[in-house]
Amino acid sequence: MNWSWPFFFDYLTNGLMLRGAWTTIWLSVISMILGLGLGIIAAMMKMYGNRVIRYIAEFYIWLFRGTPILIQLVIIYTGLPQLGIRLNVIESAILGLALNEGAYLAEIIRAGIMSVDKGQDDAARAVGMTWRERMYLVILPQATRTIIPPLGNQFNGMLKTTSLASVISMEELMRNAQMLAQIEFRVLEAYTVAAIWYLILVSIWSMIQVRIEAHYEKPFGPAAAVSPEAKKDLEKAIDKAGQA
Amino acid sequence: MMDQRDLPAPNSRRNGDRTLGEPIVLIDGVEKSFHGNHVLKDVSLTVHKSEVVVICGRSGSGKSTLLRCIDQLETIDGGAIHAAGHLMGFREKNGKRVPLRDAQIARQQRDLGMVFQNFNLFPHVSVIDNITMAPVRILKRNKAEAREEARALLQRVGLPDKENAYPRQLSGGQQQRVAIARALAMKPKVMLFDEPTSALDPEMISEVLDVMIDLSEQGMTMIVVTHEMGFARAAADRVVLMHDGRIVEEAPPEEFFQNPKSEHTRLFLSKILQH
Repeated sequence: MNWSWPFFFDYLTNGLMLRGAWTTIWLSVISMILGLGLGIIAAMMKMYGNRVIRYIAEFYIWLFRGTPILIQLVIIYTGLPQLGIRLNVIESAILGLALNEGAYLAEIIRAGIMSVDKGQDDAARAVGMTWRERMYLVILPQATRTIIPPLGNQFNGMLKTTSLASVISMEELMRNAQMLAQIEFRVLEAYTVAAIWYLILVSIWSMIQVRIEAHYEKPFGPAAAVSPEAKKDLEKAIDKAGQA
Repeated sequence: MMDQRDLPAPNSRRNGDRTLGEPIVLIDGVEKSFHGNHVLKDVSLTVHKSEVVVICGRSGSGKSTLLRCIDQLETIDGGAIHAAGHLMGFREKNGKRVPLRDAQIARQQRDLGMVFQNFNLFPHVSVIDNITMAPVRILKRNKAEAREEARALLQRVGLPDKENAYPRQLSGGQQQRVAIARALAMKPKVMLFDEPTSALDPEMISEVLDVMIDLSEQGMTMIVVTHEMGFARAAADRVVLMHDGRIVEEAPPEEFFQNPKSEHTRLFLSKILQH
């Protein structure tokens, strides 16, 4: 056996890994935010656009969901310069990840908007809201409730998908682990540390996600819906069922 | 037997003064179809300022559609609707009617208030935010003032202690009263009620009707689609019966209930008064 604990612990707090983890975080956050913007626009185009606009949105979703993110990244970074479009590593990584994410989020957002009761739109129109006001004030905030859980899962995925940007030499966790592995050829230690860092990031995100979901559930939550008297009755019923 | 609730005597609010204000809603030859299904057929109706008109009829007779057309929740296929000084949904250009754009329709809708069968409160915000959302975010009113007015409205509908509750925490009757307050916050010139008590448990119906009667006594112009004949007797100036997309009877409540002209009205009344 050739596992070195000293190397392992050294890598765990190595500056290269810490920088890589930080890059993974901001790359994920920025790509997610841009992807969310793209997803909202694509969902709106698909739901409310005329035929041409709808087709454009459907083509975008089809294209980016139908091809591997790895190929998208490589084309953007190494292929586009052939057409005179030169993006640096960071721009390419962000663009690729955001475009890919937007295509997936478009469908999630569309489903969220469709889950909002039609009566809400009626009520918003009845108080004199324009389409934009209805969207911002009434429809999207309610769609958010449906969208947040899958959105959280998408961000979980995003944290790990950023590792693919290592192939275009984006210096995030994966790439930096590769570099570290090549210095002393402590391959297993380096990648194990990278894996642990991904686990840490994803676990932290899971905790944040629980809080965000709880926040958006608040107006709808069971605690809000059940009166104290009803709660007492419910508890009694449960007690009885337990005894029986 | 029909409802025995504690309602004022017929037309108690009128005090013998039967002078009507100027017309504020003019419905003229309105036509509406949904996918070949002809729902409104040449419907004409005039409602005057401070008047309360109750529209009744079987389900599918077009009464809800008519209300939704007045508020531009549906676009009419023919005829014209003038309400609160607007030609609803259109503007005149060189003698031709041009459909209005979204923002212009929204501006017209602000002068009409609408209350729905299913309340349709905004579930993601508190009661007071339901009421102040449109005045603050759309009319850009001062937030503190709007909240003050909202509290006064909550007082008026009998829910002064519910401003921070979420809709889900309220009973149906309470939700509907908040919905009325929300509509009133826009200071509408006409209030439209689309079966406001149909989704309510029986014991909650009167709390909503009381608010509506109070509103009518304060001179609000109201068009009410309802099966509550007790309300029609107590608060209506005119009762209208719709049948198969047409208005077949239009009379003051005494005449409507005691001496209806149309066979459809007699049939409708016999059915509704039986249970």
